Amino acid sequence: MQKATFHYGGTPAEVVEVDADVSLMRAAVTNGVAGIVGECGGQAMCATCHVYVREQYLDALPAIGADEDEMLDCTVAPRDPVRSRLACQLTLGTGLDEIEVDVPEQQV
Amino acid sequence: MTTKDAGRGQVAGRAGHVAGAGHAGHVVVAGAGHAGVQVAASLRAGGFAGAITLVDDDSDHPYQRPPLSKDFVADMAVAPLPLRAEKFFADSNVMLRDGSAIREIDRRAKQVILQDGAVLDYSALVLATGARCRPLDVPGAHLRGIHQLRTLRDARTLRELLTRARSVVVVGAGFIGLEFAAAVRGRGLEVTVLEAGDRPLARALTAPMSGHLAAAHLSMGTNLRCNETVARITGTVAGDVTAVVGSSGTSYPADLVLVGIGVQPRDELARTAGLPVDNGILVDDRLRTPDPAIYAAGDCARFRDPASGERIRLESVQNATDHGRHVAATLLGNDDAYEALPLFWSNQGRLRLQVAGLSGAATHTVVTGDPDRFSVLCFRDDRLIAVESLNSPGDHVAARRVLTAGTAPSLARDAQDGFSLKQYAQDITTSGVDHVR
Repeated sequence: MQKATFHYGGTPAEVVEVDADVSLMRAAVTNGVAGIVGECGGQAMCATCHVYVREQYLDALPAIGADEDEMLDCTVAPRDPVRSRLACQLTLGTGLDEIEVDVPEQQV
Repeated sequence: MTTKDAGRGQVAGRAGHVAGAGHAGHVVVAGAGHAGVQVAASLRAGGFAGAITLVDDDSDHPYQRPPLSKDFVADMAVAPLPLRAEKFFADSNVMLRDGSAIREIDRRAKQVILQDGAVLDYSALVLATGARCRPLDVPGAHLRGIHQLRTLRDARTLRELLTRARSVVVVGAGFIGLEFAAAVRGRGLEVTVLEAGDRPLARALTAPMSGHLAAAHLSMGTNLRCNETVARITGTVAGDVTAVVGSSGTSYPADLVLVGIGVQPRDELARTAGLPVDNGILVDDRLRTPDPAIYAAGDCARFRDPASGERIRLESVQNATDHGRHVAATLLGNDDAYEALPLFWSNQGRLRLQVAGLSGAATHTVVTGDPDRFSVLCFRDDRLIAVESLNSPGDHVAARRVLTAGTAPSLARDAQDGFSLKQYAQDITTSGVDHVR
């Protein structure tokens, strides 16, 4: 089990446990983490699971795929050129024991 | 992500509305699918302090439907994806009565009576009852091994059966049928898809797009037969399906059959209560029935399409969630008409289809892109009304922008070889030109 921390501006962070092969979106939705919608069910089709990954975890993550890259252009909250990812495309795998992300104020 | 997200707005409760932020009241929602759960979530997000009860005859905890015909059925290890965690219902004080159904609406008393005899008073009632699969009416349709795919229970049954199936026949080349066929091929099984029309998804997609999908499924190894209806289904003495016989006389061996020939709105509760029903519950542009305390949302609601003015019923997650948001906003006092841009998506193997707008009324189409990665721009006269994108999410995003902003008259002339919808969307976004619909 890995650990994922979802930070919000102002309110306490939410910490959930994530299986290595489960996406961050799925872990968030299953655990009722606020602000992660995942409206398309995890196909990188809707961009409603947008997160800003904290810098220290970026290098260990898989690269942004072409579809994810294009969908990141349609997030409701502004895209960060470095930190923005879709949580449905992120699994922690063997490279990371934990991750911390900031949740945008709006997804839809 | 949509043109107008009324549910997000901060709207004060107003006198005369059945429920408002801070007001007491009881909103009862029939159905805990994408639309029903969204009503509850948006009401709470908008500050509604009264009681909310969701009643649903499905006994599974409310779940997302899109994965059911895709990765859920393809992979035994995939767990259902909840619409909201159990924690959400508890934390936001939303009463979930799953595994029970509403038997009757007493409009005069503003009460619903459940199957188990329980009676709930409501100040507002939202009918989000969804749809059910249309049954296949041919000899042999009752045989064991013939299934539908609508609920989590259906999907569990199908993926279990796929572990020992040898030959699969899918009746109907719609979204469900083609997604399921792609999942079956992904598991290495033989699959035949029978389609009554002359091309797949004829009602939903343009000819260039459905032609491409047909070719792609053939190249995946799917045996796609168009212009073939089902004459009868044959089985063993014990009652197990053995083959589907087409109108051409061809017999297609099958030990598992998926029937995906469309759905029917679940509107009988409304009909019995005396509300107008015609292929769905008829609602106005606020999604209200003629009874001011009763609304309808999602697959079961027939509403006026703001783009064409026609009464339509849409079967999509986007429509369900946007309806849910809009009903909640209306209950909270917002008076805007519903006008979200329709969006659809489908994954079929490596095919990623995304559609913005409704292409049905298109007078001509322009195809841009490469053979494996392209978009079909759909025009009605000079106006862009829809864009179908295959493996081109950038175009899809651009299409949403362009369709939301209203199209420039020059687009119909500009859209030729080498035209980039993405570039066009960027240009209109940055130019600041006022683009009038």
